[in-house]
Amino acid sequence: MSKLGNLGARLHRGEISYDFIGHRKLWYGISILITITAILGLAVRGLNMGIDFQGGAVFTTEKTSVSVSQAEDFAKEASGHDAVVQKLGNNTLRIQIAGMDTKQSDQIKTDLAKDFKVDPETIAADLVGPSWGDQIANKAWQGLAIFMVLVVIYLAIAFEWRMAIAALVALIHDITITVGIYALVGFEVTPGTVIGLLTILGYSLYDTVVVFDSLKEQTKDITKQNRWTYSDIANRSINGTLVRSINTTVVALLPVAGLLFIGGGFLGAGTLNDISLSLFVGLAAGAYSSIFIATPLVADLKEREPAMKALRKRVLAKRAQASVEEEVADARPVSDDPDDDAAPAVVGPRTQPASRGRGRGRPSGKRR
Amino acid sequence: MAAPKRGRSASAQSKPGRTLALILIAIVALTGGMFLSGHTTPRLGIDLAGGTSITLEAKADQGSALNKANMNTAVDIMNRRVNGLGVSEAEVQTQGDRNIIVNIPKGTNSKEARDQVGTTAKLYFRPVLAQDATGSGAASPSPSASGSSTASPSPSASKSGTGEKATSSSSPSASATSQGRAVTDALKADATPSASASASTSASPSAPAPSAAQAKLQAQYTALDCSKKAQRTTAGEGAKPGDTTVGCGEYNGVWFKYVLGPAAVAGTEVKKAQAVFDTQNAAGWQVNMTFNSKGAKKFADITGQLAKNTQPQNEFGIVLDGQVVSSPTVSSSIAGGNAQISGSFTQDEAQNLANMLSYGALPLSFQEQSVTTVTAALGGDQLHAGLLAGAIGLLLVVIYLVAYYRGLSLVAMASLLVSGILTYVLMALLGPAIGFALNLPAVCGAIVAIGITADSFIVYFERIRDEIREGRSLRPAVERAWPRARRTILVSDFVSFLAAAVLFIVTVGKVQGFAFTLGLTTVLDVVVVFFFTKPLMTLLARRKFFASGSKWSGLDPKSLGAKPPLRRTRRSAPVETKEA
Repeated sequence: MSKLGNLGARLHRGEISYDFIGHRKLWYGISILITITAILGLAVRGLNMGIDFQGGAVFTTEKTSVSVSQAEDFAKEASGHDAVVQKLGNNTLRIQIAGMDTKQSDQIKTDLAKDFKVDPETIAADLVGPSWGDQIANKAWQGLAIFMVLVVIYLAIAFEWRMAIAALVALIHDITITVGIYALVGFEVTPGTVIGLLTILGYSLYDTVVVFDSLKEQTKDITKQNRWTYSDIANRSINGTLVRSINTTVVALLPVAGLLFIGGGFLGAGTLNDISLSLFVGLAAGAYSSIFIATPLVADLKEREPAMKALRKRVLAKRAQASVEEEVADARPVSDDPDDDAAPAVVGPRTQPASRGRGRGRPSGKRR
Repeated sequence: MAAPKRGRSASAQSKPGRTLALILIAIVALTGGMFLSGHTTPRLGIDLAGGTSITLEAKADQGSALNKANMNTAVDIMNRRVNGLGVSEAEVQTQGDRNIIVNIPKGTNSKEARDQVGTTAKLYFRPVLAQDATGSGAASPSPSASGSSTASPSPSASKSGTGEKATSSSSPSASATSQGRAVTDALKADATPSASASASTSASPSAPAPSAAQAKLQAQYTALDCSKKAQRTTAGEGAKPGDTTVGCGEYNGVWFKYVLGPAAVAGTEVKKAQAVFDTQNAAGWQVNMTFNSKGAKKFADITGQLAKNTQPQNEFGIVLDGQVVSSPTVSSSIAGGNAQISGSFTQDEAQNLANMLSYGALPLSFQEQSVTTVTAALGGDQLHAGLLAGAIGLLLVVIYLVAYYRGLSLVAMASLLVSGILTYVLMALLGPAIGFALNLPAVCGAIVAIGITADSFIVYFERIRDEIREGRSLRPAVERAWPRARRTILVSDFVSFLAAAVLFIVTVGKVQGFAFTLGLTTVLDVVVVFFFTKPLMTLLARRKFFASGSKWSGLDPKSLGAKPPLRRTRRSAPVETKEA
């Protein structure tokens, strides 16, 4: 604890901080790169849509001694279609046959039961008509659209429109990444995946909202001071909530990981696995985007506001003045405490002291 | 600004015990309610308990009426059908605006159920060509006498608003006695395609083929044994409205079989049907039907023809999904589009018939979208895997919380426990209350919710720690951190809840169950944090273990890195007073 606790303390006091806002171009670049890769992956490889989206049947047998290749033959014979057969953890077989309608697949189940020499009642079957997946997907998109509109309205009221837009961008970013990973890796997309994807919405925003909440609080009287620009404070908010973000993401990921590995370990593929996989990917993406994308974006948008521009001017002017004063003060007494160097190094323009330093480089160098 | 805040926090501080007691009482009451109601475990969905789940999507015929009323009617019909199979606890419910889910628990013939449920509800008025009681062969009608003598009310239709009604309603007794004899006549007539059968209907068997078709029908009719359920459900299967077909019907527990002519009027042509009590003629319960204009004309034609025939060919069968639900006799042509079916109905019977007549007008057909059959073994495996995953996830979270928050993790764990109990009890209670069934996605939702719930504590704990870092002592830190944490928790939980609510309303299938659990647990999260975690924190802040910032409390100012100068000045004061 103490290590993270110390990190928290130092972050809180601003002793250490990572300049998220300052390096935003880098992170924007990385995100754009990831997004392009995701879109390319989606365009080139497409998504591996599961049975639920194309119609077909998934049969799960009870424990059986029939081998995978035998089962493939049986299934092909019964259906006339190629079948995908997987052996699951507990010696059961999962047989997928695409392109069936529900009536045909019922017959296939009976045939398979005969081939396997088991009672049809012991074979679990998931028969899906071709248009069912469309309906699920359509409804999901519809839900997504409605949710986005509502959330943007809500955030615009609770916070402000810039934050709403930034949150929306971060959200779309998360979804793109998740979908991209599915396309690139070739994970199967099932209704479970859709569920996971939709859950990410809530989670991703949850994270973002926590950072925004702190940002809103800290920038309440921002125009009444001239020490910090909006970006500075935004950066401090991110750093201040960093430990919390890490903690909540870890805590959220732990159960999902449990779900993923237990779901995968015991049952092979299945709803548990589908949901947790997309959740796992999406949660990670959500944590990333709230820190690296959403908040810098808000800062970017905010800095365009006239009031914030004016503030930035004042802050920079003050800092420039401060550094000039300091240099003036610096130039006179030779014996100066070294602590002073730290302050201008962060805020002040670096080039000037360096060039000035050359003039008196030797003595100061000796001093150290 | 500062004054009301202080006031509020002071009041909150003053009665944390009361709030805690309140929520504990609520938990005990809910748990007690759960045990009293006898539903101590959540109802399991098909995918966990085993069984068959059928999803049907409504398709509007003739560009009409995909609305809530029609969907509800369809649910009623399907319920009746599934119940007709003797299935217990099968449930039929709408989902979204165009889907119907039929859940059939394990141990039922799911194939039969599928056949029953999936087909469209079609109601036709068909002229009766022949009629016979259950098991008896066509040639020996005598055994039916025993049945038909008790089965007196073969209800009759009569012209509305005329004096004939009273007389016609007395006809049932006559028809009952004549039934046995009439059958043989009808069959004779049927075999020789010259008699009334052909006369009464337009699609008369006249082509060269009829003899074969007749023979087949005859064979079918002879073989049909309506006392057997399997035969009943398949009788007349696949018959088109224009076909002559066979069917079964029941009166007072006795099954009759029928040969039925081509459909004369379709159920869609019934505008309205309702059961009324006839006080005027003291005829008891009857069913009033109103036809639309097309139906009225057809009905007038058919009744005109039927009225000329003798028993049983003066009856028309009201056939719903191949089953004869009623076969009233006709005594005269009924014009004008209004008709009454009278007989010795009980109120239930009359209402039932009226419902069926209304159902027949249902303009929806259904298409099977998905059929999931889960064996009990597989369902059990899934449930175990889900529970195990949940337990392991919970364990990991607890380990992490203990490692990071030390003593504070006790608060977190107690809160998780409370939230877990509440979730379980509510799920168990919601089963009978609103038909909530715990399915696999719902289990996932509950597991994911562990993270959401823990998140609220983390927000609060981090706030408290921030306050301590500012140099405050624990008690003021706990109170000062709360309003800020509260706002964050509410705002972010609202977003979560919004997501869940939108998903629940808009989506279908598995997504919906997941959304419901997520929404439920989000609400519970708010309840637990407000009424349990916060008061508990206030109480614990008074304990020396926490207040003194013990190394194991998770609130040690030193390891949290509190500001030294502030700590010296501010923190020393309360500690001193405590020790004094």
